[in-house]
Amino acid sequence: MSDTIVSLPDQSTARIPKVNYLSKENGLLSWLLTSDHKRIAILYLISITFFFFIGGALAGLIRLELLTPQSDLMATDTYNKVFTMHGVIMIFFFLVPSVPATLGNFLIPIMLGAKDLALPKINLLSWYLYMAGGLLALYTMMSGGVDTGWTFTTPLSTHYVNTNVLTTGLAVFVAGFSSIFTGLNFIVTIHKMRAPGMTWFRMPLFVWAHYAASILMVLGTPVLAIAIVLVALERTIGIGIFDPAKGGDPLLFQHLFWFYSHPAVYIMILPGMGVISEVISTFSRKRVFGYTAVAFSSVAIAVFGFFVWAHHMFIMGISNYAVLVFSLLTMLVAVPSAIKIFNWAFTLYKGSITFETPMLYAFGFMGLFTIGGMTGVFLGTSGTDIHLTETYFIVAHFHFVMVGGMLMAFLAGIHFWWPKITGRMYPEKISQLAAVVTFIGFNLTFFPQFILGALGMPRRYAAYPPEFQILNVFSTAGATILGVGYLLPVLYLTWSLKYGAIAGNNPWQATGLEWQIQSPPLTENFTELPIMDHEAYDYEWLENQKAKEVASVG
Amino acid sequence: MSDSPAIAHGAPADAHLEHPSYLRHHFNSVEQQADTTNFAMWLFLLTEIMFFGGLFTAYLIYRNWYYPAFVAGSHQLNVVWGTLNTVVLIGSSFTMAMGVWCAETRRRRGLVLCLTLTCILGLCFLGIKTVEYREKFEMHHVPGQHYSLQSFLDPQSNPAVFAEYHDKPLALDMARHTEIYFSLYFALTGMHALHMIIGIGILVFMIFRAQAGAYTAGHVTFVENFGYYWHFVDLVWIYLFALLYLISRHQ
Repeated sequence: MSDTIVSLPDQSTARIPKVNYLSKENGLLSWLLTSDHKRIAILYLISITFFFFIGGALAGLIRLELLTPQSDLMATDTYNKVFTMHGVIMIFFFLVPSVPATLGNFLIPIMLGAKDLALPKINLLSWYLYMAGGLLALYTMMSGGVDTGWTFTTPLSTHYVNTNVLTTGLAVFVAGFSSIFTGLNFIVTIHKMRAPGMTWFRMPLFVWAHYAASILMVLGTPVLAIAIVLVALERTIGIGIFDPAKGGDPLLFQHLFWFYSHPAVYIMILPGMGVISEVISTFSRKRVFGYTAVAFSSVAIAVFGFFVWAHHMFIMGISNYAVLVFSLLTMLVAVPSAIKIFNWAFTLYKGSITFETPMLYAFGFMGLFTIGGMTGVFLGTSGTDIHLTETYFIVAHFHFVMVGGMLMAFLAGIHFWWPKITGRMYPEKISQLAAVVTFIGFNLTFFPQFILGALGMPRRYAAYPPEFQILNVFSTAGATILGVGYLLPVLYLTWSLKYGAIAGNNPWQATGLEWQIQSPPLTENFTELPIMDHEAYDYEWLENQKAKEVASVG
Repeated sequence: MSDSPAIAHGAPADAHLEHPSYLRHHFNSVEQQADTTNFAMWLFLLTEIMFFGGLFTAYLIYRNWYYPAFVAGSHQLNVVWGTLNTVVLIGSSFTMAMGVWCAETRRRRGLVLCLTLTCILGLCFLGIKTVEYREKFEMHHVPGQHYSLQSFLDPQSNPAVFAEYHDKPLALDMARHTEIYFSLYFALTGMHALHMIIGIGILVFMIFRAQAGAYTAGHVTFVENFGYYWHFVDLVWIYLFALLYLISRHQ
């Protein structure tokens, strides 16, 4: 049998099953007290979307201010607060929980053949912690905000600002525990809850990516927590650990902070890479090329990710030898990332590619993440870093990875699994349009920033020399288009909840266990304990299953 | 590979035959449930190690930089109270271990007794710690605005400590770094005490549940996992005791 299968099932006879996880119980309390991983995923999806649009509105304000060289829309210290809150909300309340807490929560137990995550109540607790942290961050914003930048750099945060560092710190601390519990839950589930026959190397790459990200969450986040506690103690009672006047070292804060916050970017991107593996395989109708290499590259990113943090501090006065070592280690991370990109490209090779919306987003991811990753190598080289750091080049680099990479992956995943989550299809044409609009808007917004950075425009200022205006106008115009690209999915996905076509169990003819059950799934996912008797991404197995089904019905 | 727990415990066929009330719906067998929650606890303790790890790193760096200040600061701590607290805490770990044994062998009254003793010993520890904190407060050794360098610039101002160690006065610059030592002292022991307080809260909850017989019907993972936590907190203290109280005892 050929290894490519292109026929999609007839969906006209599909019906939404009467009994599913959405219809099982009704009422607000049944949601707020649920321990069903799928319902918690929905709670997360709604809340992170809310925070995404708050962070997005702040980004809009930043871009509007930068439309003109003078600081005229807002005062310069207001501008500081706006970009700080944009960073805090987007990183801690959108990017870190984005894919893991929504899609990961929903899919990992199903992909492993389990009825739920190992610790369902802890899972719900982590949502409440997330909400507590999020509401505290909102309160902070409304009661005057904070202007340290999302990095809380000492001694600025401990001595020189009188904005709400403490409440923001507390918000991040609490949200951090939400992230720790999510990671802990995933690791335990992956180790202990796999169905019979689900060996480590039969797990979907989505699960491998989440496993790697969870290791980072579990080992990195507590270090951030203690760093924030020390900042809070320094601010309130002046304990002096980071205070040079008393012999403390502000650089130690940066070491502790980046020991979490660099791995945190892999916490953000790895789950996205998991999504891309699933999407690329499904819409090329091929097993992911080099499955084992892709699986191990996730773990390699997690491991290397812990040893590169000081590249954020090349100009902060660390020793030349440290710069040398961290520069080398930083470039090593490019290796597993490149392994992934090459393997996805080889998966496409001779596949039967179709261009559904998730695939368009996945293509967007591959291009933009590659640019973001390669510019990371520029910045890892200490010579160029000294020229480029603290300029818009940095801003463009991490937005290419985080927005161009992660957000594209998030949207790819949301579209890909939307039929499974809701039982209904999203409208294909308009969503393809949204994917293209997002891609164009994104490039127009952030590509000029690479040039601005290389020309020397510093980040974090509300005003800039007039010769940079033309590129900033491009960037602001792009941000507007990007905004439209993000609003569209909210509108048509909401519309599809009621009016979308019925999806059926497996609209994409994908091989994952999640596609072999009804959509939306039952509360306990499976009617009987599944037994995994084939490899992951085995399209031949799927074809045989279909043949069997037809035979038994006939 | 057959390391999947569901296979290891042969769950699928007879999962519904024995279905005790404490088996949560999403597990296939009691063994899988116990195995899973134990693993989760070990992982949680790993995050705790990382949490304290940040502080230990700070300790390591500053102790290397400001060794004389750390020695002088350490001399201001009361080793007798510290030793007593170590004994109290190790004792509480023993009663906790006995509690786990009582739960496993289904001795309800023994379990309640052990948990109560653990709780009392935990409170003793916090009591002694309060006495020590008070001493530091009176000596103006709490970092912040009221921190005083007098004990380090003029060691004879504190005759009891001077009689024991005969500390030489520190230069002003080094004396100021004792504040870093006390910062770490309060951060580390404070975090530890916070963990003790949380532990005591859970212990009180467990004592009531144990009285109702919750842990002596064959389902002991909660007691077991709490035991891991309690021993971990104990272990952290043993490090703190050595690192904070026993710097240069024999030089």
